[in-house]
Amino acid sequence: MSAPAIQMVAIDKRFGAVAANRGAGLTVAAGEIHALMGENGAGKSTLVKILAGLQPPDSGQFWVDGRDVTGWNTAQALAAGVAMVHQHFMLVPTLTVAENVVLGREPLRGPRLDRGAAVRAVEELCQSTGLQVDAHRLVADLSVGEAQRVEILKVLYRGAKVLLLDEPTAVLSPPEVAELWRVLRRLQASGATIVLISHKLDEVMEISQRVTVMRQGQTVQVLDTAQTTAAALARAMVGRDVDLAVQTAESQVGEPLLQVRGLQVAGHRGPAAIVGVDLDVHTGEILGIAGVEGNGQSELLEALAGLRPYRGSIRLAGRDLAPLSVQQRTAAGLAHVPEDRHLRALVLDFSVADNLILGKTAQFTRRGFLDRRAVADHARQLIADFDIRPPDPQAPVRGLSGGNQQKVVIARELSRNFQVLLAAQPTRGVDVGAIEFIHDRLRQARAQGKGVLLVSSELREILTLSDRIAVLYRGRIVAVVPREEASESVLGLHMTGVVPAEAHD
Amino acid sequence: MTRTAWIETLFPPVVALLVALVAGDVLILAYGQNPAAVWHLLVDGTWGNFYGIGQVLYKATTLCFTGLAVALALRAGMFNVGAEGQLAAGGFGAGVVGLLLPAGTPWILAFGLMFVAAALCGGAVAAVPGVLKARFGAHEVIATIMMNFIVLALVNYAVAAHLHTPETLHTQSIASGMVPRLAEIAPAFHGSAANLVLLLALLAAGVVAVVLFATRFGFELRAVGLQVAAAENAGIGVGRTWIRTMVLAGGLAGLGGLNFVLGYKGFYEDGFAGGAGFLGIAVALVGRNHPIGVVISALCFATLSQGGLAIHALVPKQMVEVLQALVILAVAMAVPEVRARVAQLGLTAVARRGQP
Repeated sequence: MSAPAIQMVAIDKRFGAVAANRGAGLTVAAGEIHALMGENGAGKSTLVKILAGLQPPDSGQFWVDGRDVTGWNTAQALAAGVAMVHQHFMLVPTLTVAENVVLGREPLRGPRLDRGAAVRAVEELCQSTGLQVDAHRLVADLSVGEAQRVEILKVLYRGAKVLLLDEPTAVLSPPEVAELWRVLRRLQASGATIVLISHKLDEVMEISQRVTVMRQGQTVQVLDTAQTTAAALARAMVGRDVDLAVQTAESQVGEPLLQVRGLQVAGHRGPAAIVGVDLDVHTGEILGIAGVEGNGQSELLEALAGLRPYRGSIRLAGRDLAPLSVQQRTAAGLAHVPEDRHLRALVLDFSVADNLILGKTAQFTRRGFLDRRAVADHARQLIADFDIRPPDPQAPVRGLSGGNQQKVVIARELSRNFQVLLAAQPTRGVDVGAIEFIHDRLRQARAQGKGVLLVSSELREILTLSDRIAVLYRGRIVAVVPREEASESVLGLHMTGVVPAEAHD
Repeated sequence: MTRTAWIETLFPPVVALLVALVAGDVLILAYGQNPAAVWHLLVDGTWGNFYGIGQVLYKATTLCFTGLAVALALRAGMFNVGAEGQLAAGGFGAGVVGLLLPAGTPWILAFGLMFVAAALCGGAVAAVPGVLKARFGAHEVIATIMMNFIVLALVNYAVAAHLHTPETLHTQSIASGMVPRLAEIAPAFHGSAANLVLLLALLAAGVVAVVLFATRFGFELRAVGLQVAAAENAGIGVGRTWIRTMVLAGGLAGLGGLNFVLGYKGFYEDGFAGGAGFLGIAVALVGRNHPIGVVISALCFATLSQGGLAIHALVPKQMVEVLQALVILAVAMAVPEVRARVAQLGLTAVARRGQP
């Protein structure tokens, strides 16, 4: 057998006190689709960034096509055909697709950009790979899925033969995911090697030939996908058995608690993002909002939370929320887990204890002064209740793993005296163990007779938790489906605007 | 604070001072002088005798107030470039109130009124950019710069047209409420301008530290400064916090005017601020926006300022200004916050346009 396309051995990488990789390894054969799995903070991204030349390892060695390339930089990696497709898109929105793809390696006619050649090159690439995107369109006008295709085109244009994809499906709808799988298989057929970071078991089972599982910075197992099961992978990731079954809702749905009528909300850039939404969340109910991202979810939640002006009425237990500020809404019984953890939910440079009192400072204040002891006690209590690690109230939140950061947010919001919880992407970027934990807490809130409005781009999550599911498409609720009648395929069709014949309305 | 946090805090200013020292050597050599001799002269003329020490303390007092004004605003995420105007307004307010008081006013009453006038005038000047930012989203850098022009022009006009003593650019002397000089307590300081407003500056630094780190207002202020969206989400009135912070910052800068008006001259004089407001930006940056850091860094900058006069015999005193500028540049490059903010600006600009 020839040398593996990628071989990484005994990679160590520390960031300050945190060991991201501790003797991690990765071996990928030429032409395979290889999944790299692990909980958040397991060191997957770090390992792949080292491979792509974004960071040098502290120690260890790695080879590409049998050549020792330890500690190379991105330019050298790119020259050898190894490139990373970024999770956060790095595109220039005011340029066209073709211009973005050729950026940095433009075909020139004299001193000027040869637009025709750029467009031809992009169209040829689209042809050969099956990636569908119009080379003439502005990147600003693209959907998230299309933007991702441009990112892939970019690295292919640079001649990449080894593609490293970091959680590529996090922002995609089910049809877009299926489309991505088709493209990846086609790239594989034409000889490309693909490393795919994921923590979604079903994805890994579907697309990969082999799986490397990481835990706490170490490589714990390498498995042939065909000879393993989702349950075995979950066990390898978490180090114990995990209950993955979809639990049916057993709830005592009662009175309407949150009532939204004729809601209209302006979008970020002028056009309305929410155009006439009616919905009810009852006591003891989890109402799931399914939809591809960017169909008005953010605006809906921000309007409810009081962060964005709106027209129409929002009532909480009969009380009109319109005149209430964010703070007053919280006092009236709203809790909010914002979708953007790093931007809205947490002050990253504050400690765990300080983040846990955001939005409830009043109860820790005596004559204008913060009661530091009460703040610390409160933090210790929640750290214990929600198993936040490390259990140090003074640790800066920035240093916590994604799952633990999210636990801080969940702990803060659930420890309020609330009636309705707005939970947006409550488990995004969170590891399997923490997902289970957060889901349990949401079910607990329901069992206590609270109402939960759950917005998630993960259909599986919506299906697992919700009693009813509303589908948001282009700012409208296009369907409300009871849990028993919902399935991924039915919701998927509503989500993409293709209403099936047996549509529920 | 952990060890790494200390290193991260102290690293930039120390590096900046070293860079300035090396650059200073090069400049002195280029001028054909012996660096050792010049540095010796600088230290001798500042910390080498009581007069020098007094002058350093006097200059550091004003810089401490303006440094605190910049640092406090920066903690709330606002770049207050207007300390110069706020300082002038504070001094003017104190000077004018002093003129209005009759000669027999009890000291405590006179001082109290002038103290309040200085704080109110500085605060009022700073309130304008605060309100403009909170209500209309006007960038505070532009607004504070413009307020500098407006305030300095208005105050100059008021003094030149109505309030000046003939043949001078200053107002009449204040009858009551003067702050004693240091020399009245320790005669060794004789001749220097150092005065007990110095204690007020230290007290102000202490109060700022308590407000920032022990009160709910300070907590909310820092949350707003670190992450506006998260603060908004937590129900903190962001606009309200900006306005209050600016008023406090302006009040601090305004109090700096007492150092000249009550501690030194006994009247308001045009141009007394003399760049101390702008230098406050450097003081805050080098002091890492921490009240204790601001006090130390105010002493450093005051030493350089006073040292410039001392070394005039060997090299032009402008050399010190070059050094101060180098310190600022070095800190600006070494301060991670500054780097992060610059990177953030670039990224958010792209991300904002990138949203579908």
